[in-house]
Amino acid sequence: MLSRVASNLYWMSRYVERAENTARVLDVTWRMSLLVKEPRLQDQEWYAPLSITGTLFPFAGRHNEVCAREVLHFMALDPENPSSIYACARQARENARAVRGSITSEMWEVLNSTWLELQQMDEDKMLMRGISSFFEWVKDRSHLFRGVTFGTMRRDDAYHFARLGTHLERADNTARILDVKYHVLLPSVKEVGGAVDYYQWSAVLRSVSAFEAYRKVYRDVVTPIKLAELLILRDDLPRSMHFCVKQAFDTLNYIKNDQSQETLRKAGLLLASLQYGKISDIFAAGLHEYLTGFLKSTLEVSNGVQKSFFAPMLQE
Amino acid sequence: MPPIELYNEMYTGDRKVRSHYAAFADWLRETSPERIAQNRHAADLLFHRVGITFAVYGEASGTERLIPFDIVPHVIPGQDWDVLSRGLTQRVTALNRFLHDVYHGQEILRDGVIPYDQVTNNAQFRREMIGVDVPGGVYAHVAGVDIVKNADGQYYVLEDNLRTPSGVSYMLENRKMMMRLFPELFAQQTIRPVDHYPDLLLETLKEISALGTPDPTIVVLTPGHFNSAYFEHAFLAQQMGVELVEGQDLFVQNNTVFMRTTQGPQRVDVIYRRIDDDFLDPRAFRPDSMLGVPGLLDAYRAGRVTLANAIGTGVADDKSMYPFVPDMIRYYLHEEPILNNVPTYVLHKASDLEYVLENLAELVVKEAQGSGGYGMLVGPTATRDERERYRQRIIDAPERFIAQPTLRLSVVPTFCGTELAERHIDLRPYVLTGSHTRFVPGGLTRVALREGSLVVNSSQGGGVKDTWVVD
Repeated sequence: MLSRVASNLYWMSRYVERAENTARVLDVTWRMSLLVKEPRLQDQEWYAPLSITGTLFPFAGRHNEVCAREVLHFMALDPENPSSIYACARQARENARAVRGSITSEMWEVLNSTWLELQQMDEDKMLMRGISSFFEWVKDRSHLFRGVTFGTMRRDDAYHFARLGTHLERADNTARILDVKYHVLLPSVKEVGGAVDYYQWSAVLRSVSAFEAYRKVYRDVVTPIKLAELLILRDDLPRSMHFCVKQAFDTLNYIKNDQSQETLRKAGLLLASLQYGKISDIFAAGLHEYLTGFLKSTLEVSNGVQKSFFAPMLQE
Repeated sequence: MPPIELYNEMYTGDRKVRSHYAAFADWLRETSPERIAQNRHAADLLFHRVGITFAVYGEASGTERLIPFDIVPHVIPGQDWDVLSRGLTQRVTALNRFLHDVYHGQEILRDGVIPYDQVTNNAQFRREMIGVDVPGGVYAHVAGVDIVKNADGQYYVLEDNLRTPSGVSYMLENRKMMMRLFPELFAQQTIRPVDHYPDLLLETLKEISALGTPDPTIVVLTPGHFNSAYFEHAFLAQQMGVELVEGQDLFVQNNTVFMRTTQGPQRVDVIYRRIDDDFLDPRAFRPDSMLGVPGLLDAYRAGRVTLANAIGTGVADDKSMYPFVPDMIRYYLHEEPILNNVPTYVLHKASDLEYVLENLAELVVKEAQGSGGYGMLVGPTATRDERERYRQRIIDAPERFIAQPTLRLSVVPTFCGTELAERHIDLRPYVLTGSHTRFVPGGLTRVALREGSLVVNSSQGGGVKDTWVVD
């Protein structure tokens, strides 16, 4: 298929996934900030969504203080912030619009109506509706889009490029969520298992819809090591890093071309490290270092996809 | 203006139904107004759902409108069409011979049939094409020839569109719609089918591949989804099963055109391009074009890729060249023209100019380079003020204009509100030329929906009808 079309499909899915993950992070931040009683510490929580999306600097350039209202607006509705839910929805729709012939009309309608509804949204309406219910809505639209994609699209290259976008974006996002919270996951010398810690950990689980999965898998109280093991190494949890990389690797294997061997190899290497990795080794080497390395590897795979599929060169 | 009897395609002067309209007239008589209203409503809904829209220039960007569709068909007797199709073949063949000639020996100019400066001073004459051999010597592979019937019952060619004529998707969608709404009418009589147009187009494009490869790679090149005819570009690509590409999807290396695909670069043999010459190659033509492909002209001149239509066809469909088409037919084919030309005044001739300025109220004046019905003066319906302003434009640059007597275009009953009213129409058949000429019978019928209006362009409030060639 045409590289431009493949690229549009890939980015369409990435932006939908990104909007959903931003909603997840904001939602969990909002809930956690309600637990903290001291206002100064409350605001501390709002650094997390900015660091996760790497938008601390652009935010600081336009806002004086990091607080709930400012960050919520910046991350949800600010058209000028390319990572905002608003901007992601716009990008997803623009990418879909350029390839309407390659997606089903139901897929187009979901993205189009999401965008139209979002344009009617402002800060007051968002607060009136309830912060959490706004994020629920964003997640629902993303679920709907994924369901419609799964249920209506022919399993051709177009489908595979759309799925590749979803999984690479999600792998990246789950790693970022963990990375920002790594300090609360590190074994502390102080009392372990205090109430606040417990809420923090369960909030991380809930932000990736993995709370019930944790209980089923471990039948145990939430501990940081098991939590990290679940989100990094578990192979059957749809938002775990292992699962996403496995999906991306399988897709890459399916769509491979003459120029994609190196990209496939990198994805395979990453997959092997997740398949055979041990959580104790990861903690011994440092969780933060591990996640930084993982983000670097997924970025390399993304760049490889860009180069080998979207900008193919003639080999002399 | 004296009331002149208009030619009504459906009824004779004494209100008798013409025989080729008999089946439809019966249906119209026997069907309740409710059912008719229901059918018209159904047509609107379906067109909306399919999304057959066109963008309108000069309105807020991104304006998409539905092209109005009328359920009363334009019916043409089979024997009329047989004459028309012979005339169209003759005309397009001569035009292709002319294009080959002006870019090679220029014999028609040397023999004094057409003045040199008519061609060489024409902005559409592409010097880059001189001496370039195109496959089969064919330049206009897809031609849209606008035909009208005058009050005298005779067919006239209004203009030849040899660049990137559009509208064929409406022809196909109109037919699909009519077959859904009136299956019984299609069962009762033989209406010649048109739905195989995409197959004929594909066959034509395959034939003109430069290398004669049995299975050439064909693409449709579009300016993108902001273009008014984007729907049609996507539709034709999809119907032919070929890729719809934008300029950025193609690149040229070693004089060969490739498209960027996820399986690597793929060689392209034939480009059905819906981009004007000026925008095709920023290296050769307009350097600011973002739509084109750098190096395309060189690849084309080297015979490594075929463009349909060829570069430089505009020199033959220009309104200032139109008066010479009957001479081309006689010169190249040694035949008398089958289709009539409208008598045309060329305003750079002093005698013609004088006549036109004196008779502005009876004439239609057009810009030689214009299209889409923009910037023309319809003398009889214009106000005095409009005529005087136009007169000044003519005096300022007479060479930019041509004038013709106002034709009394034929009318077809058309729904306006709930009533039928007479509205003017024209017909655009699409003529395909590869190793030979191909058609589907009929073409796109356009109708001027405003009362008395002679301008049928969709951008000027025109609508469309299905065209039936019946036996």
